[in-house]
Amino acid sequence: MAARSRYAPDRGLTVRMTATMFLLGLVFVAFVALIIGVMTATHQSGAAIVVVALLLGGGTAFISLFYSDKIALASAGARIVTPEEAPHLHGIVDRLCALADMDKPVVAIAPTAMPNAFATGRNSKHAVLCVTQGIMDRLDDNELEGVLAHELSHVAHKDVQVMTVASLLAIVAGLLVRFAFYSELFGGGRRNNNQNAFPIILVIMAVSAVVYAVSFLLIRLLSRYRELAADRSGALLTGQPMVLASALRKVSMGMNRIPNEDLRAAEPLNAFYFAPAMKLNGDNSLSKIFSTHPSLEKRIEQLEKIQQQLNELSPGAKGLR
Amino acid sequence: MSFLDTLLGRTKPVQPKLDDLFGLPSAAIQLQAATGFTPTGSGSVCFRGVDGKTFGDVQKEVRELLDLDSGKPDGGLPVEVSKDSYGFTWLVSNHMSDEMDGLVTDLHAVNTSLVDAGYGPQLLCTVVAFADDSHRRVALVYLYKRGTFYPFAPLPGGRSRRDNALEMQIKAAVAEDLKMEPELEKWMALWGAPGL
Repeated sequence: MAARSRYAPDRGLTVRMTATMFLLGLVFVAFVALIIGVMTATHQSGAAIVVVALLLGGGTAFISLFYSDKIALASAGARIVTPEEAPHLHGIVDRLCALADMDKPVVAIAPTAMPNAFATGRNSKHAVLCVTQGIMDRLDDNELEGVLAHELSHVAHKDVQVMTVASLLAIVAGLLVRFAFYSELFGGGRRNNNQNAFPIILVIMAVSAVVYAVSFLLIRLLSRYRELAADRSGALLTGQPMVLASALRKVSMGMNRIPNEDLRAAEPLNAFYFAPAMKLNGDNSLSKIFSTHPSLEKRIEQLEKIQQQLNELSPGAKGLR
Repeated sequence: MSFLDTLLGRTKPVQPKLDDLFGLPSAAIQLQAATGFTPTGSGSVCFRGVDGKTFGDVQKEVRELLDLDSGKPDGGLPVEVSKDSYGFTWLVSNHMSDEMDGLVTDLHAVNTSLVDAGYGPQLLCTVVAFADDSHRRVALVYLYKRGTFYPFAPLPGGRSRRDNALEMQIKAAVAEDLKMEPELEKWMALWGAPGL
């Protein structure tokens, strides 16, 4: 008899994530096509600017991906701990990795009071899982396990790689705006003999700005979906969605109590964190579309749904054999 | 995980491999001949309980499944259920030390009933305990998801220390009968496992 599975995929989330990534790809293709079109139509030598932006943007993204573990550890002030130093923490990670059959990441502790956790690294062999002292003090073992399962799911889903590729477009578009602006500022005088130069640069600048804005929003949307996906996989791995929900509540409450200076310093790391380090002001819909993480209510609502599914699919109700 | 699953942020649950457990009886004979370690008759299944009361029913049924045998002449003793500090549940089956076959059959029955009920992904490991004349303890741990074994030898007294030399010795002794886990990183420490 084939084993029954309790793991129903969330079709809605899959569809929304696919649509977001499709739109991002579409924006990218349209952007490249437009730039090439403009260049060939006007026989511009401005192609060099585009190539430089692509190379520079790609290089930046590659370096930040390649050193993501070291950069994140350094900016969080975290220290790698051995199994002897933190046997219990390692024990939890060991067991989760054995359950999920994945490679064990490097485990680190950041000595900050802010309760949070993050996972990063260019691949599963170079992944690092970091928790703060604050989260270990504030959560009980089960809740900590839930948080670690969420972070391990980010590693399993290769979220750092996916988000790096996704943000490549925004980086290149942002660079093009800047280049176009500077070349307009400093190089404009030299090109007075070329009638086309002025409008072309403006067109590239306008298009890049629009692409930057659109891709920025899409990336944030994608980030929120990946958080939901990690919540889901983490909850299914431990089989305890409500424990993860209670960890989320505690961490979010803890985050609100911390002074602002700390949070601003941590904000660049936001995309990797378990809960956002700094909430954008206000609770309106505008701040929601800029956020890297879904709202607490949305995350808990999803976990409650998973709990219901687990209850319904539980075989105890129908008898074992 | 497939490329598509990665792209969509989905995790496929990992199903356990069960049949390799039956290599244990012959490995136990090899182990005794090579190192003097004999089975203590204690074996356990470790799994992650699931939220909600219905899983309690599964645990109850598994216990009943194992306890059924205890009336028979060659049957085992009733199983004990315990929970460790990591929130994992251990089902411990106790046999006489020369009943390796019965023990493995019991453990396999537990595993099969959990897998049939859809809890395969929740299974962590099976542990069978051994001891020698000087009361040193060692466990052969079976990792369901990888289908491999590894030895775990906690040092007595001192907390959270393991005897790596002994583990290597055990590994060499049973490597012919059992598929050993090649990556030493996966040799997870199981402090406080019952029967050790």
